[in-house]
Amino acid sequence: MNNRYVVSLFEDEHDLLAAVRTARERKLKIVDVHSPYAVHGLDAALGVRPSWMSWACAVFAVLGVSSMLFFQYWVGAVDWPVNVGGKPWNSLPAYIPITFEALVFGGGIGMVLTFFVACRLYPGRPAHVPDPRVTDDRFAMVLEEADAGFDLDDVRRLFSGLGAVEVREHVSEEAP
Amino acid sequence: MAEVASALRLPLVASDTSLGQVTRDVCAPMEGKPTWMWWAAFLVSSATMLVGATAVTYQVATGIGTWGLNRTVGWAFDITNFVFWIGIGHAGTLISAILFLFRQRWRTAVNRAAEAMTLFAVMCAGIFPIIHMGRPWMFFFVIPYPNTRGPLWINFRSPLVWDFFAISTYGLISAVFWYIGLIPDLATIRDREKPGLRKTIFAILSLGWNGSFRTWHHYELVYLLLAGLATPLVLSVHSIVSTDFATAVIPGWHTTIFPPYFVAGAIFSGMAMVLTLMIIVRKVMRLENYLTKRHIDAMCKLVIATGGMVGIAYATEFFIAMYSANAYEQFVFMNRALGPMKWAYWTMVCCNVITPQFLWFKKLRSNLVVVFILTIFVNIGMWFERFVIIVTSLHRDFLPSSWATYAPTSIEIATLVGSFGLFFTAFLLFCRVLPVIAMGEVKGVLTFGRRTGGEAK
Repeated sequence: MNNRYVVSLFEDEHDLLAAVRTARERKLKIVDVHSPYAVHGLDAALGVRPSWMSWACAVFAVLGVSSMLFFQYWVGAVDWPVNVGGKPWNSLPAYIPITFEALVFGGGIGMVLTFFVACRLYPGRPAHVPDPRVTDDRFAMVLEEADAGFDLDDVRRLFSGLGAVEVREHVSEEAP
Repeated sequence: MAEVASALRLPLVASDTSLGQVTRDVCAPMEGKPTWMWWAAFLVSSATMLVGATAVTYQVATGIGTWGLNRTVGWAFDITNFVFWIGIGHAGTLISAILFLFRQRWRTAVNRAAEAMTLFAVMCAGIFPIIHMGRPWMFFFVIPYPNTRGPLWINFRSPLVWDFFAISTYGLISAVFWYIGLIPDLATIRDREKPGLRKTIFAILSLGWNGSFRTWHHYELVYLLLAGLATPLVLSVHSIVSTDFATAVIPGWHTTIFPPYFVAGAIFSGMAMVLTLMIIVRKVMRLENYLTKRHIDAMCKLVIATGGMVGIAYATEFFIAMYSANAYEQFVFMNRALGPMKWAYWTMVCCNVITPQFLWFKKLRSNLVVVFILTIFVNIGMWFERFVIIVTSLHRDFLPSSWATYAPTSIEIATLVGSFGLFFTAFLLFCRVLPVIAMGEVKGVLTFGRRTGGEAK
C-alpha cells in the first residue's frame, strides 16, 4: 500500500528548526529530518530522548576489560606459569596497560558496530534521500499524511511562509 | 539576521561562503585532473618509496647484519624511526580527539588531514619493529594464540608486548575514528557524482548514509565517545612506548619522567609535521579560505607549548641525573652532552628548544615560509631526540672494554628515506581520492563568529 508523504526543503538550519517546532505544535507526523550536518537543537525541537550509544560503549568496554584481565591472569597464573624475574604468577600491575587497551578497543569497536546495526548502515545499502541535495546544502523535513484531515495546500502555504524553498508530495510505500 | 562582525571571535572560514560552496571547494581538487605539482610530488615520493622497498627486501633476505648494530649498540636507527613515526601520528589524534573534547572549533578544517597523517605515520612506524624481528614472517608470534609450543603464551609482563597491543589498538581506533568522520562526506560525494564506477564506490563506502536525523542523533554521541576513548589512548600509547625504555635498567633510560616526556615530545613533533603538511596543502589545493592563518597561528602556539614541555623535560632529566648521586647516570648524561655523540645531542637541543622560541613573535608566526622552515627543524630535532636517547645510553655501557660506536649503513638510511616516501605517497593519494577537509563539520561552523555576533551556535 502506498503512503503519502510531504517533503519540505529548506536552505537554512534556523528555518528548519522553526518548521519542525511548528509542525510539532500542529501535531503533524514528522517521519524524518535530513540535514547535511548535525543541526544543534534539533533533538530538543523534535523532543527525542538522548542517544543510548553510551550504554553500548560501556557494556563493550566492561566486556573488553574483564575478558582481557581474566585472559592475562589465566595465561600467567593457571595455564603455563613462567617465572619472569621472580615476579608473582598473578602480576596484576603489569596487566594494567593491556587491560586498558582492551577497554578502548572493546568500547570503541563495539560501540561503532552497534551504531551501524542500530542505524542500519551497511555496505550496499541503497541510500534513501528525499532530495540529493540533503547531503550537500539542503535541509529536508518529511511529513506523513497520517489522517484524512491533512490539507496539503494548507501545509504548503504554512511551510513556504516559514522559508521552505520547495514543498512537494511524495507517494510511495516507504518514506523517501 | 543582520551581519555582525565579532570582535571576540574571528570567523573560522575566511570568506562568507555558502554551504554548497564548501562542497564545491573541497571536492574541486578531487574532481579535476591532478596538477603538474601533484604529479611531480607523487613521482618523487613514490620513487623514494621504491628505494625503501628495495632496501627492506634486501635486509629481510640477507638479515639484519646489514645494519650498523653491534653487541653494545643493539638498538639504534630502526627503533629511532619507529618512535619518531609513532610520535608524528600523535598530533593527528590530539587535533581530532583532544581538541574536540576541549570544543576548539578551529580543529574542524584540520582534523581530516591530521587524522589521515596519523594513519600513515602509524603504518610507517609499524614497519620498523617488524623488520627488526629479523624474521618478519614470524611476526604472528607476538599475538597470543593457541599454539603447538605448549601452548606457550607470550609474556604479558613485558613492555614490548604492551607495545604491540597499544600500537595495534591505536592504529585500529584511529582508522575507525577517521572513517566514522568520513561517512557523511562520502555520502555528499556519492550524491554529487554522475552514475558510474566512482559513484558506486562512494555508495558502498558511505553505507547508505542519508543525513537522517535519527542517524545524526546517534552519530554525534558515537563521535564524542570515540574522542573520549582516543584521548587517554593517545596518552597511553606513547607512555607505553616509553616503558620499552624506562623499565630497562640502562642508565639514561631508567627514569620515571619518560612517559610524560615522550607524550609531550610526540605531540610536539606531530604538530610540527601537521604544520609542514598544511602549509603545502592549503597552497597546492587552494584551500586558503579553510586552512586560514588563524589555524596556523593556533598550531604554532601548540608547538611553543609542547616545545616548552620538551625543553623542561631535558633540563629535569639532566638535573635529576646529576642530583641522583648515581655515578652511571651522571656518566651517561655527561657523555651525551660532551662525549663523541655530542653533535647529535646539541642538534637536538638547538632544534627542539631554541627553534620554537621564534614562534613567540606574531610577525614570524604569520610568515608561512618562516613557520615552514622552523617546523622542518623541529622534525629534525625530534628525530635526533630519539636517536640520542637510544644510542648515547647504549654505546658506552658498564664495561669500558665493550664500548663501541654506531654509524648507520646505507641500507638503514635507505629504509628511513623510504618510510618518508611511503608517508608522502599515501598522503598525496589521500588528497586526490578523499575530501581533505571535513565538509560535514565545516558546514556546521560556517556562521561561527559571523552572523550571530560571535556566539557559538
